[in-house]
Amino acid sequence: MTTITAPTATNRLLSGLGGFAKARETGILLALVIVVVAATVKNPNFVFSNDGFRDLLLSPSILLLVAVGQAIVIITRNVDLSVGSTLGLSAYLTGRLFIDFPGIPIIAVFLIGILFGGVLGLVNGALVAFARVPALVITLGTLYIYRGINVAWAGSDRINASDMPKSFLALGTAQVLFIPVLTLIAVAVLLVAGWYLRNQRAGRELYAIGSDPGAAHLYGLKVTQRVLVAFVVCGALAGLAGVLYSARYGTVNSQAGSGFELEAVGAAVIGGVAIFGGSGTVWGAALGAYLLFTINRALPILGVQDFWQRAVVGALIIGAIVLDRLLALRQSRKLVEARDH
Amino acid sequence: MTQVAAPTSRTYRDYAQPLWRRILVSRESAVFVALILVIIVASVSVKHFATPITLTYLLLDIAPILLIALPMTLVIITGEIDLSVASVAALASVTLGTLHQSGMPLELAALVALVVGALAGAINGFLITVVGLPSLAVTIGTLALFRGLAVGLLGTTAVTDFTEFWKVLAKSKIGASAIPSVVIVIAVLAVIFAIVLHFTRFGRGIFAIGLSAEAAHFSGIQVERTKFILFVLSGLVSALAGIFYTLRFSSARGDNQTGLELAVIAAVLLGGVSIFGGRGALAGVLAGVLLIGTLGSALRLASVTSDVINIVTGSLLIASVVSTSVLAWIHKKRSAPNHNK
Repeated sequence: MTTITAPTATNRLLSGLGGFAKARETGILLALVIVVVAATVKNPNFVFSNDGFRDLLLSPSILLLVAVGQAIVIITRNVDLSVGSTLGLSAYLTGRLFIDFPGIPIIAVFLIGILFGGVLGLVNGALVAFARVPALVITLGTLYIYRGINVAWAGSDRINASDMPKSFLALGTAQVLFIPVLTLIAVAVLLVAGWYLRNQRAGRELYAIGSDPGAAHLYGLKVTQRVLVAFVVCGALAGLAGVLYSARYGTVNSQAGSGFELEAVGAAVIGGVAIFGGSGTVWGAALGAYLLFTINRALPILGVQDFWQRAVVGALIIGAIVLDRLLALRQSRKLVEARDH
Repeated sequence: MTQVAAPTSRTYRDYAQPLWRRILVSRESAVFVALILVIIVASVSVKHFATPITLTYLLLDIAPILLIALPMTLVIITGEIDLSVASVAALASVTLGTLHQSGMPLELAALVALVVGALAGAINGFLITVVGLPSLAVTIGTLALFRGLAVGLLGTTAVTDFTEFWKVLAKSKIGASAIPSVVIVIAVLAVIFAIVLHFTRFGRGIFAIGLSAEAAHFSGIQVERTKFILFVLSGLVSALAGIFYTLRFSSARGDNQTGLELAVIAAVLLGGVSIFGGRGALAGVLAGVLLIGTLGSALRLASVTSDVINIVTGSLLIASVVSTSVLAWIHKKRSAPNHNK
């Protein structure tokens, strides 16, 4: 019980500063800055041009939303592999809404997309939480099912930019004071999620559940309910990402977002979210998403053929988990020393 | 002490049932029954299903999945997972293609490709057993890494020029029958894997590790070495599957067999292997692969589009795991009163 002492004011300030320097996220931020600086030195247009700056902020926003949802689920020691399929379905639904209900308000489309994603997440969550089957298996199944529904629904049909209202498509590239609207939405979601997980009781309980589901249950936490909500949030964010996807790219076919699940998990892992739950932050996952996308854009500029980008992503993921392992080993050695003295 | 005695006696009662009952009332036989039902229904109701050519194409199509499912079964029974198999297959395919293109005889190039596969598996094994990282995270990383290397080596080009003899052999059939020759390779490997898993000390060790790695360690099983060997095997057999695929379609490409890992894992889990490890049988897995393959082929012939097949695959996977946990729950409810006595 000695470990749980309330931090004093000075302690808190010191640990705040030291915490920032030592935080896992700072490393990712540093890597991100290095990539951006290196690419900019080689070609100043990477940042210092209208398109360059906009792309830098805009492109990762959709993955960021999905990665934040994924991080929340992974923190509870689960995983959601169906996010790519959820995103695809929601993106196609968005297009269909504009075609089948001409004049539908954009805000309604957003709400329907989020709600729809939430329902798909609820299906995942209910199966995982009530049937007590590992999330990996369930969401692997729903990955197939959701994608299958999407293909059955869309067939070889494709939603084109001309099917959607101009004001909606404009959202995909619109800016408020140099900052793209998509980025603002993503950052707003990130801020809320980050605050909630850090400061709210339910948020902290997600970490407790991920650290040891059995202990959390014995302690009286509502494990089933919390896990369910985590999946619903993850689905809803994938749904929102789907709506933004169709606004950003203008064309949606039945394969939209396929493979996104691995990028989202990759982003979370790179950002320091432990794959077996209980630790990590949505900030890290967001930085991971930014790093993934920015590296993709930076590689051709740095003279690496973009065919190699997946290899770099893989190396990055492995580097990140090896680093996490080394940090954890050092930490446990320190704790053992502290205990023995 | 009564609490300890109760579950023990229950376990004995389960195993005291006659052999025929244990074989009939098992997860594996349920998959076999489903497989036979699908074959009967499809033969009666789907035109052209009960023809030799359907059988040939069905077996050729699922051959890579059958091959990779063998080591994957062993890996999952130890409680680990290998998501990188399809990427290893692609890497082997590209290795074969580039080496052959640069003038190396096909046989030698195939040998090198197998070595590359084994090396890729060894990298997975090293990171998981020596560095001590979770296999889920490691193989998500190497999934991207190996795929990236494969795509990076060949870019968007494909090598299509292979020795005629091997191309014909990959597609050939056994004598006058409709069964492809590759089935012989699969059958030999399946028998070897089944013997290793079910009738050797090494195989018993695999189950023991899956039930409790710690207990297995204390009973003298070399946990890390066993896992390492299994990941090398997984890489080796995946490379073999990649080589077969390359020769069958005479095309070595970086994006060969993308997404195959999910099909393999779905089939293995459908075949009754527990994702938690410690439980499963190779016969069930083979039936699981055949079930998914047969169902897909029957649906395709009934001109149901491939998307519905995805929905069916996903639903089967979820139904199979949910039914297991529902049965376990009923079993627990039923035997609960006995505990109170």
